[in-house]
Formats: sequence, structure tokens, C-alpha cells
Amino acid sequence: MVLPKSQLWLVVVLLVAGGVSAFSGRIDPYVLDVAMGVGIAITQASSLNLINGFTGQFSLGHAGFMAVGAYSSAMLTTTLGPKLGVSTAVLQWVLFPASLLLGGLVAALAGLAVGAPSLRLKGDYLAIVTLGFGEIIKVILQNVDAVGGARGLVGIPDYTNLFWTFSVAAVTVYVVWGLLNSTYGRGFLAVADDEVAAEAMGLNTTRYKITAFVVGSFFAGVAGGLYAHLKGYLNPGGFDFNKSIEIVVMVILGGMGRHVGVIIAAIVLVVLNETLRSFGEYRMILYSLLLIVLMLTRPQGLFTWTRRKPSAA
Amino acid sequence: MTELLQQLINGLSLGAIYALIALGYTMVYGVLRFINFAHSDVFMVGAYAGYFLGPKLGAGSIGGGVLTLAGAMAVCAVLGVVIEKLAYRPLRGRSNLTVLITAIGVSLLLQNTGQKIKAVGANPRAFQFPGPDGMTRGLFPETQLHFRSLTISSNQVIVLVVAVVLLAALWWIVHRTRIGTAMRAMSFNATASSLVGINNDAVISFTFALGSALAGAGGVLYAMNYPSIDPLMGTLPGLKAFVAAVLGGIGNLPGAALGGLLIGLVETLVSGTRVSTYRDAIAFAILILILMFRPAGLLGKLRVEKV
Repeated sequence: MVLPKSQLWLVVVLLVAGGVSAFSGRIDPYVLDVAMGVGIAITQASSLNLINGFTGQFSLGHAGFMAVGAYSSAMLTTTLGPKLGVSTAVLQWVLFPASLLLGGLVAALAGLAVGAPSLRLKGDYLAIVTLGFGEIIKVILQNVDAVGGARGLVGIPDYTNLFWTFSVAAVTVYVVWGLLNSTYGRGFLAVADDEVAAEAMGLNTTRYKITAFVVGSFFAGVAGGLYAHLKGYLNPGGFDFNKSIEIVVMVILGGMGRHVGVIIAAIVLVVLNETLRSFGEYRMILYSLLLIVLMLTRPQGLFTWTRRKPSAA
Repeated sequence: MTELLQQLINGLSLGAIYALIALGYTMVYGVLRFINFAHSDVFMVGAYAGYFLGPKLGAGSIGGGVLTLAGAMAVCAVLGVVIEKLAYRPLRGRSNLTVLITAIGVSLLLQNTGQKIKAVGANPRAFQFPGPDGMTRGLFPETQLHFRSLTISSNQVIVLVVAVVLLAALWWIVHRTRIGTAMRAMSFNATASSLVGINNDAVISFTFALGSALAGAGGVLYAMNYPSIDPLMGTLPGLKAFVAAVLGGIGNLPGAALGGLLIGLVETLVSGTRVSTYRDAIAFAILILILMFRPAGLLGKLRVEKV
């Protein structure tokens, strides 16, 4: 059986993730933790890349959608899980993916609710509305007692493992890649290149933007679910503006609208964040300095070697 | 009724502070078309400048208070110009996003450096000054004024007076001076303004100085009314002031002042109700509603996109 190249890649990554995951007991727990963080970061960055990079919109609320997904999926596993009375393995391999899917769907719904009215706005205005939405989500989560309020949600089972993080990352990259290389998906790039021209060609630009937003939010929600079951604890404060910025930085350093660059940037930033821990308290100072210096010296993205027409955004 | 009036007064004084910060966002947006995310941290630096200058300049008296305020504004003006020179000027002509991310980097740098400097530290400090009698006191002499059953603190009056004076000064600078005319010309059309001999870089520096000075004044006034300061204090007021600027129509000076007052009023009114814990979300909810029905803000003009 011969699969198209892209699907072959997907299958290979899934197999490798499953294979390595089987031996995760022998991997140093710290390395394992960082590796899973990398997988989640790739999912986040690739999904945001669809919105900010390929479709040329500017969302600053990705952490908000992640929070929606994280809380939805954690609520499902913590409330339904103990009542089912089945073994942990069944929970981890059946209920958990279902909860990730639920998290993604709820986040996608939230994306639709936010995107449909606000995507008529452009550039900075859209950025600020999405930022506002992220803050509203945070405040709501802090005030709803059923999800723990400001204390946070505790006791989430640790179902996340290497296989799930990297499968989700691979599926996200595959879907984003496949979507953009489909006949329909060329429209996203057209919207990013020149919205007026795209509209003149008969494309329903608003619909493309909403589609990008909903798909991006879906995967942000799934990433949130993974995050919840990795940390075992959720705190509304963890999904603030800075978290959104972190993801935006990955996309920009990777070179807006580049598949591989953004994946590398996600890996580099997570690992960098860990490496800088040895600088202790000076970590964030170094991080911000690096950010400024990179923007001054390589604004086209860290991993963009070929010159691309500078976009109007 | 009395309570409503009381809340209105509280809201006005909070709104006046938001208005001062919002003006900085809106002016920078007017000339450079980008969101200066570091502005909220200039506001924080303003509060700290007031904290350190206060004892030296005689905080506790009206004259000392005014001097401290002016000192903090000067410090912030210099900081604003330096940030613009080092971080934003090299990026002139690059995409807005690049500058935006750099601004976020500068913001993180200021916050985290603040937490690391011994004299500043990560812990909140009380914005109070030692008096001659060993008691702590505020930046200005404090009394309570009573009108029937209304209570107005002298600090609220000072906030309003300072805000009105600064807004009037700003109006004068923008509409009655050469550099102000240059600012308006540049925000109208930057290319054309450089063609008629305006030094755009000088105008940008001046705009940053002006906006940052207002943020510095806002920082001192904010610290005075909520007498506690910390390196992360700028984030939330900064975001709300930005919302205020967009609400009024970004790039529009009266709009920013109006937006600031509105956000301050609504936030204070909400604090008095049962849903008070949602008050941080309310500013954003209003913003989203306004942008849906008037995408250019309350006083902004919608630009028609020409191909």
C-alpha cells in the first residue's frame, strides 16, 4: 500500500511516538516532562500559525481557548472518570481521547462565538478583541466555583504521555498542512496576502477567517486538555495574556506562516526556557532581552533563510 | 442616590488616571501605528520614580507633591525616549508585528528587571513617606471633604485637578505649538509630512516623551490612591487604558480621554454591585460590544480602504 507522502509522514510519527512512549518508564522523568511540554507547544504554535501566520489575522487570545479546552476536558475526566468503574488503562486510552476531543470542540465553539462577530475587524483591533476575550475567560474561570474558582482545579489524573502529546502534535501539523494545500485552503493564503484582492476574486474572506479561527481554537483546546492532564492542576492565572504572548512569540520566531520553522521555534523556546532555569531569577530578564535582540536582528523569523515578500501586515 | 453620586466621583477619579495613560497609547498609535505594549510599564516606573523621589523632594506638602509628580514625569519622559531610540527606531519601516513583539519584549524586560533590582524588589511596597513626626504620610496632605453625605478625599480632588491641568497642557501643545502641528501632520500622513520638511524622528521622540510623561503622572496618581506599588502593577491598568484608547477611537486624543473616563466610571459602578468580582472583565466586554457596532471606536473615523 502506498500512501501519499504527507500521510506516510503522519503514520511514521505516530508509530515512533507510540514506540518511544512504550519505553517512557526508562526515560528520565525530567526529560520526559520537557519532551511532553515540547509536544504541547508544537500543537499550540501550529494551530496559532494557521490563524496568525497563514491567514494573516492577529489573535492574542490563544491561551483563552486553551483554557476552555483544558477545563472542559479536565471536568469530563474528573467527574465521569471515577463513576465509570473501569481500569485506569481504559480511562487513559478511551475516556482521555474523548475528553481531549470534547475540549477541542468546546474551544472551537468558543472560537466560533468570538470569531464570528469580531473577525470583521482588522489588525490591531482584532488583536485587542481576542486579548479581551482571553481576559474575560480568565475572570469567568476565577469566579465559577464549580471549576475551583481562583483556587484552581485540582486532582486531574495524569493521563498525558509521550504518545498522546506527539500524536496530537503530528495530527495538528498534518491537518494544518493538509488544509492549506487543499484547493479550499489556498483561500487562507489569499486572505493573508491581500484581503481586498481575495474578496474581489469572489472568496468569502470572512468565512475563511472564521474557519481558520475555529480550527485553530479546536487544536488550542486539545492542547489545553493535554496540558491539564500533564500538570494535574489548573489555575486560571496560568492562562493569562503572557501565555498567549508565549505562543505568539513561537509563531513569529518560526517565521509567520512556515510549518517547519514554527515547529523548530516551539522546540527551541521550550528547551531554552528550561535551560535558562539554571540562571534562576535572571531567566525572565534574559528571555526578554533575547526577544528584543532577535526582533532587531532577525525579524523575519529565526529559521527563515529564503527571503519572502514582506507581507502587508 | 447618594451612593450613586459617591460612586460617580470615585469612578471619575479612576477614569482620569486611565485617561492619562490612554493618551500615551493613542498618541504613539497616531504617529507610528503600533501598540506600545511597554507603555504600561512606563506607568509602573512612574510610580517607582515618585516613590524614590518623594522623600528627597519633600513629599507630604503640596509643593513637594507637585515637585515629585513633575520629577516622575521627567524620569518617564526620558525613559520613553530611550526605549524608542534603542528598541523601536532600528525597526522603523519594518512590519508592525515586529515592533509589537519588540514592545512586548521591552515590557517583560522592565517588569523583570524591576523585580531583580534590590531597591525595587518583587514585593509590593506601600506608597507612603516618612513624616517629621515619625508617622507615615501620603504624597500630598490628606483630608476628607464632606458635602452633605458625600465624602470626597483630597486625593481624588488632586487626581482630577492634575488630570485637567495635564489635559489642557496637552491640548495646548498639540494645537498651538509648532511641534504639535508637526505631530498632527505626521499622524495624518507620515510620508507627506516628511516631504514638507518635518523631521519625523524628532516628532516621534517628542511624542514618546509626552506620552510617557503622562503615563508617569498617571503612575504617581494611581499609586497615591491605591497606596501600594509593585513591578507588575502596570499590566492591568495598562490593558484597561489601552481598551479606553480603542474605545474612544485610537489615534483620537479627546476619544482617549472620554474612553478613560467611561471605563473608570463603569468599572467603579460595577464594583458596587453583586457582580463586583467580574469588574476586570467588564472593560473588555464593553470594548467588544463597541467594536462590533462602531468598529472605529466612539469618536474615531472609519477609514475607507482604497485599493
